Amino acid sequence: MSLDNKQVKEIAYLARLSVDDSQLEQSTEELNNILNLMEELGEIETGDIEPMAHPLHMSQRLREDEVSEGDLSKEFQEIAPKTGKSHFLVPTVIE
Amino acid sequence: MMHKLSIAELSKGLKNKDFSSVELTQHYLDRIAVSELNSYITVTDELALSQAKDADLKIAKGKGTILTGIPYAHKDIFCTKGVKTSAGSKMLDSFISPYDATITEKFNNENMVMLGKTNMDEFAMGSSNENSFYGPVKNPWDQKRVPGGSSGGSAAAVAARIAPFATGTDTGGSIRQPASLCGITGIKPTYGRISRYGMIAYASSLDQAGPLTQSAEDAAIVLNSMSGFDDKDSTSATKETPDYTKNLGNSIKGLKIGLPREFFSEGLDSDVEKVIMQSISEFEAMGAKVHEVSLPNSAYAIPTYYIVALCECSSNLSRFDGVRYGYRCDDPKDLNDLYLRSRSEGFGDEVKRRIMIGTYALSAGYYDAYYLKAQKVRHLISEDFKKAFESVDVIMGPVSPTTAFEIGAVKDSVSMYLADIYTLSANLAGLPGMSIPAGFSNNLPVGLQLIGNHWSEEALLNVAHQFQLQTNWHSQLPVES
Repeated sequence: MSLDNKQVKEIAYLARLSVDDSQLEQSTEELNNILNLMEELGEIETGDIEPMAHPLHMSQRLREDEVSEGDLSKEFQEIAPKTGKSHFLVPTVIE
Repeated sequence: MMHKLSIAELSKGLKNKDFSSVELTQHYLDRIAVSELNSYITVTDELALSQAKDADLKIAKGKGTILTGIPYAHKDIFCTKGVKTSAGSKMLDSFISPYDATITEKFNNENMVMLGKTNMDEFAMGSSNENSFYGPVKNPWDQKRVPGGSSGGSAAAVAARIAPFATGTDTGGSIRQPASLCGITGIKPTYGRISRYGMIAYASSLDQAGPLTQSAEDAAIVLNSMSGFDDKDSTSATKETPDYTKNLGNSIKGLKIGLPREFFSEGLDSDVEKVIMQSISEFEAMGAKVHEVSLPNSAYAIPTYYIVALCECSSNLSRFDGVRYGYRCDDPKDLNDLYLRSRSEGFGDEVKRRIMIGTYALSAGYYDAYYLKAQKVRHLISEDFKKAFESVDVIMGPVSPTTAFEIGAVKDSVSMYLADIYTLSANLAGLPGMSIPAGFSNNLPVGLQLIGNHWSEEALLNVAHQFQLQTNWHSQLPVES
């Protein structure tokens, strides 16, 4: 299957990206070329083969839910684009 | 001529007081200052000289390790406290990391000297270093050509000896391919061997760090420092790290080399093939035995890899939202506009393409057809290797189908992806892989790839070192302009 321009716009929005109208045609073509490459996997029969999520089949290691780092809020605020007293600032969400 | 010395030789020189770490560091900084390769995004000269001073004090007290006082170049994907960490992206052009990656911390603990942060494809997405916000890196063997990617700045810096060694990361070949194209040694260890903490994520089930060096011996020395369990990385392996330098001298008589017939089929440049086969003959002369093996599903490595990697990248890169750090667009009119424009303006074209494909493949109704299907084929690819390693000790073949191509020559993403054919499967199977200089084609370096079974880094390094004792490809240097 291949994507049309409208679907590309929708996917871009899902990923919170925007595609300029002047580049839409080209983007659609490029994405379809990549998807065509991926579609080659349809040739292989994979019925009951177990999906491999970890290259060494390891399971996720868990740890105790304990505080391991101190309060770094000052350091993290220093590198933020815009901050308030103890929070990150974004445009008004609720009036 | 200090820059022509290996890590072991430099370490000896420091210990014997032939030169100080400050002198050595200044020598490299002087070389960096006149280099035109664009291999560094940030040169940390002040920091380097102060680290060198500390290292000299430590050495004077007779303390320190083999790496104390040794300068290195750090791929700009590793977080470095107080130093810009850009991942080659406009998105992180203003990002000063508030913490150190585990690798950075380990190097600091040994009083190593960071010369700077190296150029790379944006978020490690690329095979030519042309996808960097900071412009392409030039290959020191021919400055019209690419150094490979994504660790292209690291590879070019080591090849031009403007760093004794460099760090890299390899998600689908990003250490081995640039090492091959620049004529140096690079190793991607088993998945989980080196901590990923503080290494900016591209595809979490594939990403693995490793060193780019002048030789296998140097790679063993650096790998000793980089490896080991890290509590801060939930995918870090608890397996004990051997001393990788210990068995470098072992004989490889009787070594069983597997040549996968799928690695020598159409698409492989005939001159590259010739160089690879000559190096295989060299191994035979050293007493190794060559067997043909088959990796029947390796042709599917490209679609499998790109589905897995792009799905994981779309998830990983969702963190860049313009809110807490990194690039934010001017005058956002609402929160949605802030997300949309910050991401659209902050990411380059290839990164956006990859995020969009991953987003699509993971969206409702398509998960089974793409991600789940790819994970199943990944299992088949992994089983192919398992079977091959029942009869051979190491698999050898080309790293890349061609030598370095010209900057701008490969115009579309798919053609670029196809060139990754020989490196992707080691990442999918989590296996260690290496590239070592094997010769030249039209004055451009060709790399031989070594793939070993899980946790066989020690054996790979031994095999590579024995080859380098018999050949001098790894000690050839590009002409300096």
